[in-house]
Amino acid sequence: MAKTGTDLVKRGMAEMQKGGVIMDVVNAEQAKIAEEAGAVAVMALERVPSDIRAAGGVARMADPTITEEVLNAVSIPVMAKARIGHIVEARVLEAMGVDYIDESEVLTPADEEYHLNKSEFTVPFVCGSRDLGEAARRIGEGASMLRTKGEPGTGNIVEAVRHMRKVQSQVRKLISMDLDEVMTFAKDLGAPYDVLLQIREAGKLPVVNFAAGGVATPADAALMMQLGADGVFVGSGIFKSDNPAKFAKAIVEATTHYQDYKLIAELSKGLGTPMKGIDIASLSPEDRMQERGW
Amino acid sequence: MKIGVLALQGAVQEHARTVEAVGAEAILVKRVEQLAELDGLILPGGESTAMRRLIDRYDFLEPLKAFGAAGKPIFGTCAGMILLAKRINNQETSHLGLMDVTVERNAFGRQVDSFETDLEIKGVAQDFPAVFIRAPYILEAGPEVEVLSEDTGRIVAARDGHYLATAFHPELTADTRLIGYFVEMVKNTAV
Repeated sequence: MAKTGTDLVKRGMAEMQKGGVIMDVVNAEQAKIAEEAGAVAVMALERVPSDIRAAGGVARMADPTITEEVLNAVSIPVMAKARIGHIVEARVLEAMGVDYIDESEVLTPADEEYHLNKSEFTVPFVCGSRDLGEAARRIGEGASMLRTKGEPGTGNIVEAVRHMRKVQSQVRKLISMDLDEVMTFAKDLGAPYDVLLQIREAGKLPVVNFAAGGVATPADAALMMQLGADGVFVGSGIFKSDNPAKFAKAIVEATTHYQDYKLIAELSKGLGTPMKGIDIASLSPEDRMQERGW
Repeated sequence: MKIGVLALQGAVQEHARTVEAVGAEAILVKRVEQLAELDGLILPGGESTAMRRLIDRYDFLEPLKAFGAAGKPIFGTCAGMILLAKRINNQETSHLGLMDVTVERNAFGRQVDSFETDLEIKGVAQDFPAVFIRAPYILEAGPEVEVLSEDTGRIVAARDGHYLATAFHPELTADTRLIGYFVEMVKNTAV
């Protein structure tokens, strides 16, 4: 009998995205540029994170007109963002046929206490994490893909680097740990014990972990791959640059050949001014999107 | 026995692992020069449009066609099947155009329609666990093509001489029977 919405089907979908770049787009035209550049998926949004930051106020799920326009424009998978804990936004996106939902801290959370129970959905979810505890909690709720939270819309890679390194080093620690120590580790991380046992047994996370939140250049994308990311989300960087098509291609290639430094040098030439970027220390705590969710 | 896995994008490690599990050597292919040392090649699952862009950018297209034309076996899964096909429904052009089939992309629907099921695969298994993810299927197969498996009347696995293709992802499960079948194909194709 055919079964839909199983862990294998939902996690497998993310496996197929590995080594690829997922790009934020706000209309059909950008979606086509992304597909043409070799993106493995697009994220349909009303505004890219840097514009969400600038606009302020409550950021919600995009107008379904935009999402539909993007769904109809490309043959690659289309993702969309729902607010943390917003069951109805997520169900609406699922009903529209979106291929993956990002339960995202880029939008204003709808629930400050509970994330979505993602296991109940047929559509798969990607969630952000800053450390193994957060990663394991999201996996426990049924996330089929992870990404670093980074600090979206800043053009500053420092937080994504921190979050990727943190998860990797905690996974290494868990794998080499005596079984007797796992429960205390789970308590300290606030992580579900059974998820940690699975990770320890498999020697790796059970889902892919992409880099997100601050990737602004081809070298940033390659850096994240070198640190062990399975792929890269690029938000504001591409369509805020002077030549989006060229920039998008350069990011795709740098992600594939992340250890080919001569190539990355070539790719990085003449891309124009990248995003201005924001020093994380200059952000007031309430402006730090990564603090949203737990 | 060296089996390459085209490593431009997609589920590369999973294929490499299953290749090694059946006792062959897996090579991750990122450069055209690497094709020369291979006995067979796997085109993995992923996004076919993204892979095609990278194939073009690194001048893989002609060398891959030549690899197939020289009689070396190629196994395409999902996106790999699309790359192998001679014809893609509703598209004027194909990619490698090696296998005499017409494929339909995203033929089962969007991700919410992705599914897993058990399949009978001729010469391989009675109950093969098959994972379909935004999968294509074969709409029409040429006269020389052997249909290996169907799901509800749709062709999802086929062989055309030294080309093998599945719409599903054998690399996502621990079942190595299909990759074992391909490695046998490679062994029996002395080039």
